[in-house]
Amino acid sequence: MQFPSRRRKNNINPQTELYGHALQFYGQPPLENISLSEFETFAVDRLKLLKTIENLGVSYVKLSEQYAKKLETEFKNLNFPYRPDADDRKIQSGPSEYEKRRKDHISHFILRLAYCQTEDLRRWFIQQEVDLFRYRFNDLPPKHKLEFLHRNNLQYDTISVEEKKTLLDKLVNSSYAVSGITVEDQDFYKVPFQDALDLVRTRKVYLKAGYVYIPHQDIVTIVLNDFRTRLSKALALTARSLPAVHSDERLQPLLNHLSHAYVGQDYSIQKNVGKISLEQIDSLSGKSFPLCMRQLHQNLRESHHLRHGGRMQYGLFLKGIGLSLEQALQFWRSEFIRGKVDADKFDKAYAYGIRHMFGKEGKRADYTPYSCMKVILSNPPSQGDHHGCPFRHSDPELLKQKLQFYKVSPSGISQILELVKGMHYQLACQKYFELTHNIEEASFSLNHPNQYFIESQRVLGGGKDIKREMDTPQRSQDNAVAKGSGAAREAAANAPQGLAEMTEDLDSFFQDA
Amino acid sequence: MPSSDYDSACLPDLLPLYYRRLFPFSQYYRWLNYGGVQKNYFQNREFSFTLKDDIYVRYQSFSTQNELEKEMQKVNPYKIDIGAIYSHRPNQHNTVKSGTFQALEKELVFDIDMTDYDDVRSCCSAADICSKCWTLMTIAIRILDRALRDDFGFQHLLWVYSGRRGVHCWVCDEAARKLSVAARSAVAEYLSLIKGGEEMVKKVVLMDPIHPFIRESLNVVEHYFPRYALQDQDILGRKESVDKVLALVPEDILFTIRVSKGQYFEKEIMLQYCYPRLDVNVSKGVNHLLKSPFSVHPKTGRISVPMDLKELDTFDPFAVPTISLICEELDRPRTGEEEEKSEEEKLLFFTDFKRTSLAKYVKYFDQFLDGMAGSRKGDLLRKSDLQKEF
Repeated sequence: MQFPSRRRKNNINPQTELYGHALQFYGQPPLENISLSEFETFAVDRLKLLKTIENLGVSYVKLSEQYAKKLETEFKNLNFPYRPDADDRKIQSGPSEYEKRRKDHISHFILRLAYCQTEDLRRWFIQQEVDLFRYRFNDLPPKHKLEFLHRNNLQYDTISVEEKKTLLDKLVNSSYAVSGITVEDQDFYKVPFQDALDLVRTRKVYLKAGYVYIPHQDIVTIVLNDFRTRLSKALALTARSLPAVHSDERLQPLLNHLSHAYVGQDYSIQKNVGKISLEQIDSLSGKSFPLCMRQLHQNLRESHHLRHGGRMQYGLFLKGIGLSLEQALQFWRSEFIRGKVDADKFDKAYAYGIRHMFGKEGKRADYTPYSCMKVILSNPPSQGDHHGCPFRHSDPELLKQKLQFYKVSPSGISQILELVKGMHYQLACQKYFELTHNIEEASFSLNHPNQYFIESQRVLGGGKDIKREMDTPQRSQDNAVAKGSGAAREAAANAPQGLAEMTEDLDSFFQDA
Repeated sequence: MPSSDYDSACLPDLLPLYYRRLFPFSQYYRWLNYGGVQKNYFQNREFSFTLKDDIYVRYQSFSTQNELEKEMQKVNPYKIDIGAIYSHRPNQHNTVKSGTFQALEKELVFDIDMTDYDDVRSCCSAADICSKCWTLMTIAIRILDRALRDDFGFQHLLWVYSGRRGVHCWVCDEAARKLSVAARSAVAEYLSLIKGGEEMVKKVVLMDPIHPFIRESLNVVEHYFPRYALQDQDILGRKESVDKVLALVPEDILFTIRVSKGQYFEKEIMLQYCYPRLDVNVSKGVNHLLKSPFSVHPKTGRISVPMDLKELDTFDPFAVPTISLICEELDRPRTGEEEEKSEEEKLLFFTDFKRTSLAKYVKYFDQFLDGMAGSRKGDLLRKSDLQKEF
């Protein structure tokens, strides 16, 4: 491939090789020097990209047309490589393909520094990078996919024609994407099941004696798994070299801020502790709780018990709205005692768990209330459970009845059910908010049960709106770049100011999301 | 076989006897040592004890079989749980730099609890079980055992009766012990068909194509379903049950003769009633603590015994020996056993359990351990062949 408009001449050969392909496993860290401003810009841009990926992943089916289109737009806006065959010889404004790939490479490694520190950060970073990789790998033409596999040493054995014949029925019945023709035409790979967990988990593949049998067309899942594993190991290693990085005063504030920005508000810092009294909870649950918490509260009152999943989800929510540890203990205790649990047993078996939630036991981690994403995607309810997201985890019939019982209008109910059908669970909850609070359109984008509560209290309390940032993502980015380079040009003493401005923009970007 | 009346108040007297003369320590150690192939495997294993008055102690660990014996005979635990193999000795975890003490390996485990079937049992509920609903356990074991062996390739599965209302499965293969959290969770999800909490009425949905795993599982269920559901549980006889069954059938089919849409609704009903219900969280965690085999169940007195699947269809949870029974048998061995013993055996009071009803379970455990030893030898031979050593 030719890169005639390369701005910087690279003397190091491995580097040139490195950017010869659009997609990479990020195996080798960048070896060059870059300016502080590039450091900052690259990192912030990639973070925006990952944040977009997170949001799109909740609102749309991954890799669907809308998802792909929106993501492509974002790639263009942020100058990341998105089409491997981009013809660089055409006159383009803006950075070349080479530069985009370089940015991709460097920004990834910078974010590793920011996101390797805790389990939660790592998990989030890995999840978004995997989704990003999935999108880009999928975009590759088949020839390039094969090339990528071989370049990265993923050699799995194929099965013989005889074996394919013997297993024909089983292979065809294991996946709706596999027909008799697929079996005949394509190579099937025999892969240890540990390398194909996603396919095993969803039972989308034939499994025998510990091996899964994958048609060539599905090899992407294997690649993703490999990518995930490598990244996970790399992050663990990166964490070890952190002390050295943190000692550099120029980098530390930015890295810190990057890692805090990802989640926006996590409702972990308790404001209003003690402002809510236990007597208010019943009425609050009807007025200001999202449906998931209302349901949990009702079930708790009715059966005087909740299973572990429900206790966690509801307990942390209560902590987020301002219940103190003492109040929480009293609340749960008085309810459980009405059921089959006596005071003694409660103190022995359940009180520990509640104190744990508040960070007073075990490893003293102060657990944060679950976001909508977490409630929808992790720990689905099973027999005897009432937790989860009602829009996601309830039978549509039951959900309808429940909404009727809560006096939602029939037209409102059908709107909600439509959204549920389209898998827009958070939007459905938002619609529920609008209907129960009698407002036309919510002024926020729902992503957290505690956010629902705060917004509800705001509406019921007289509607004092926070001043919203009007910046579009595009403008925020421009501001960030301008201010970033400004900071680099000025002496170190002025750097904090530039940083503060940029980080403000970062905050506002995430508020909008 | 009647079990002596068990009264939990007797535990403080029975437990010392049990741990001194009946608990099969050498087999237990043989199991957890896994042939001594990996360094410190036994020493870094976490045990937890529940003592009298519900006192719970974690992070117990032992250097040798003898140390384990002495400690158990000293504290006489009411319950014993087995945890993971850690990076350091669990009883020294406080001295280890924070963040470096980690659970590394553990058997892959499954826990099937009868209370998870309450919405489809009409004979019992909660902690009760009877011979009618025990069939659910039989079905669960057959389905899971087949899948773990044929689909996943595991060979060394230890099924254990929990002592009251369920069974546990310990998958002891080396590959299983090394599985990550993600892998364990994937295995558990592969094996799950019942999806949905209290708010979901229809919990099983089948769509074309039917995966071979589901077909195999259906074969097992279909083998047992007619007798179980229609007679033992009287599913179509009792009105509530009829309602429950009907609630699962899509509305537009209710009043028409069965059409091609919804062709699987009979199978879906069978599965919702009979398919095993797993608690994924038990299987996921590498550091999860699970009740140990040969532990006593404080409420029923029954010993958590390993189950020989060759006799699965005749397994009777009510015939499992209680601690009171076997303690009694120590003084009064079962008739017919005396003559078979050699003089040597009579002298060895380490093998006291052989005089009791516990004997056959320990014998089966021995066979299980022999199987694993055989595998290890096979692996060593293969390795040395590859390296062309003598």
